[in-house]
Amino acid sequence: MKKLFILCLMLPLLQQVTAQTYITRNGLISIYSHTPAEDINAANNEVASVLNASTGDFDFKVAIKSFHFKKTAMEEHFNNPDYMDSEKFPKAGFKGKITNLSAVDFTKDGSYKVSVQGNLTIRDVTKPITVDATINISGGVVTAESTFSVNRKEYNVIGESFVQKKIADQIQLTVKCKYDKR
Amino acid sequence: MKFKHFIQSFFCLLVSFKSFSQDVDADKLLDETTKKKDTATRYVDGTFLSTRIVDGHTVETTQKGVLDFRISHRFGTLNQGIYELFGLDNASMRFGFDYGLSDRFTVGLGRSTFEKQYDGFLKYRLLWQSEGQKQMPVSLTLVASMIIKTLKDPTGAKIKNTDRYYYAYQALLARKFSEGFSLQLMPTLIHYNMVPSATLKNNFYAIGAGARVKLTKRLSLNAEYYYQLPGNKIDGTHNALSVGFDIATAGHVFQLHLTNSTGMTERTVITETTGRWNKGDIHFGFNVSRVFTVKKPKEVKM
Repeated sequence: MKKLFILCLMLPLLQQVTAQTYITRNGLISIYSHTPAEDINAANNEVASVLNASTGDFDFKVAIKSFHFKKTAMEEHFNNPDYMDSEKFPKAGFKGKITNLSAVDFTKDGSYKVSVQGNLTIRDVTKPITVDATINISGGVVTAESTFSVNRKEYNVIGESFVQKKIADQIQLTVKCKYDKR
Repeated sequence: MKFKHFIQSFFCLLVSFKSFSQDVDADKLLDETTKKKDTATRYVDGTFLSTRIVDGHTVETTQKGVLDFRISHRFGTLNQGIYELFGLDNASMRFGFDYGLSDRFTVGLGRSTFEKQYDGFLKYRLLWQSEGQKQMPVSLTLVASMIIKTLKDPTGAKIKNTDRYYYAYQALLARKFSEGFSLQLMPTLIHYNMVPSATLKNNFYAIGAGARVKLTKRLSLNAEYYYQLPGNKIDGTHNALSVGFDIATAGHVFQLHLTNSTGMTERTVITETTGRWNKGDIHFGFNVSRVFTVKKPKEVKM
């Protein structure tokens, strides 16, 4: 019985070892739109993300208001109801899973190509997407990186008619997160 | 005894399960970040849509590295009738450039057709209304401008160059009370190097009030009134009252208004407005502002 007692005591410790969760509050996401008329860039370095190394669950959340543009006018447009409507939809996010988790060895340094399948939510529109990502492990520090494109119109990000020539339909998103062990 | 151990083990199991289910999710992490930011200082922007209410300055300054090219027209008075197409045949014009040396400091130069004036100003936002960690209930902007009237004296009399100089000093005190309403007070001192009549003193005092009511996202209603303090007032002049709309589009602000002033510099508006609203001496006018980013702001930190 005493053995069982000790075993139970150790259970939480065991869990610390196996269920490794990685978190960040200051991941980076940048958006890029290219048209012959204008290039648009914005970045947000306050991405919150959780990566569960044992299940491969990937979770990202961003605040729309934390995207910053070079031009303040652009930033205002981005937040206003014609575009992202940050008052009504303050957050966007992605929840998914690494489909080839076995390809990643979190205990060994290296660069691992993974495929992440999940749901992207922008303006409360949720659509399934699959993106290629890279997980880098170096000296125990986990970094995840991915670049993919999203058709803004599928998520009702439209804007006024007179700016359509300046904004590409396909918006390139780049995510880069450096995680801390939880 | 055995039973006691069993209870202990069971309790430990519970504890371990609890830590197992203690999940983090990104949503919670993000809320923590947002909460932290909410308590940080947030500067209130958009007290006014533009750097001018109609003729006079607002507390707003031009963004750093941005050049604001402004063209303003005041047409003739509406009571001139159909022959002059209600004033549209005649226009007084000012064009000018405002440049943001920093987010708080703007310099500007302008030229008016009315009395062939040149004007230049320095404008500094001393206090910026803010919320959160640093709370400031109002914005305070100081403006100092100099005006040179180069119109030749109609009588042909030679006057000294310095007698053509005018100075205006304003303290603009504004508060954005809500998303839809801003109010501004403008105590003003205008100095004439030479006054038009010998009985006048060189310093003229006035107090102005301006307001903005937001009608829709891109449209707001503005009004501006300057009251000349009694004691030192040029004969035949009246207090300036202007009412207008601001229409904002990407990179432009259009301002359409009705005013009883013909000129657009401080001295021609505040101390030398001769029109009267109740006599129909109302000018239709507009300001067009186009901004150019001259100096690229620093990259958003990656």
